[in-house]
Amino acid sequence: MQAAATKEAELIRRIVAGEKELFHELIRPYERMVYLTVFSIVKNEGDAEDGAQEAVISAYRHLGSFRAEAKFSTWLTTIAINEGRKRLRKAKSASESSIDEDLEEKEGDYTPAPLTDWREIPLEALERKELREALRRAVGSLPDIYRQVFVLRDLEEFNIEETAEALGLNPGVVKVRLHRARILLQKQLVPFLKTAAPARKRLFRRAL
Amino acid sequence: MKLDCKHVWEHISEYIDGSVDAKLREEIERHLEHCEICSAILDSTRNILILTADDRTFELPVGFSERLHERLKKEIESSEPDLEKK
Repeated sequence: MQAAATKEAELIRRIVAGEKELFHELIRPYERMVYLTVFSIVKNEGDAEDGAQEAVISAYRHLGSFRAEAKFSTWLTTIAINEGRKRLRKAKSASESSIDEDLEEKEGDYTPAPLTDWREIPLEALERKELREALRRAVGSLPDIYRQVFVLRDLEEFNIEETAEALGLNPGVVKVRLHRARILLQKQLVPFLKTAAPARKRLFRRAL
Repeated sequence: MKLDCKHVWEHISEYIDGSVDAKLREEIERHLEHCEICSAILDSTRNILILTADDRTFELPVGFSERLHERLKKEIESSEPDLEKK
């Protein structure tokens, strides 16, 4: 990890010093992260791609203002979040619907759904395409404030502090939102998990 | 103190992240030993997180990387040598 960070710092130094072509190499490990971050805000593939491109170009143009003591991934994510929010504001003012982005967390039912037969669901069920599709839909349907925290923490695997820093929230708020996001997903996917489990008999036959 | 299910649910996210203190962790684990429902909730939530982090669940659009680097190439070619230092 340390070696990778040192290599990255060296890359950044060389790019700023004039070896601009190296930016391609710098950004490659983060392409997916930038795309998913923008996507978590705009929720539309085309917009997410345009926004991700803009964010990368913006990072390139402003690399000289990046401070070495910061983490490049967090800095880049902040740019991606800003780009996503800019697009969302534009889209929302066009459609005149309200921005629920800054709404305070609503009180609601954040208790998980019980399922007693989870242990009987073979791991193979997790491999099913339908389950991935259901998960994508469920993440897409989360309230904005929960989805953004969830994507950074559980999809991009930032830690709580990094997630808080990138979104400009305090860590306590991140924890509450993350908890609710996870519970809401669990609840939404439980009915699906039950039907996603293939019948035991079929499994048995396939094993033969 | 004996934990009830609702208390376990309230801490499930932090428990998964390993950020509950040692005492609470022990209480939760003791509860999980005999509570099938909470165990199942924990397992299902964990599995959802595993599935979320799996690269195949959230994929990039086909050709995304090529288009991005093409755009970047144009940007680099057209930028001034000292642009970043502004």
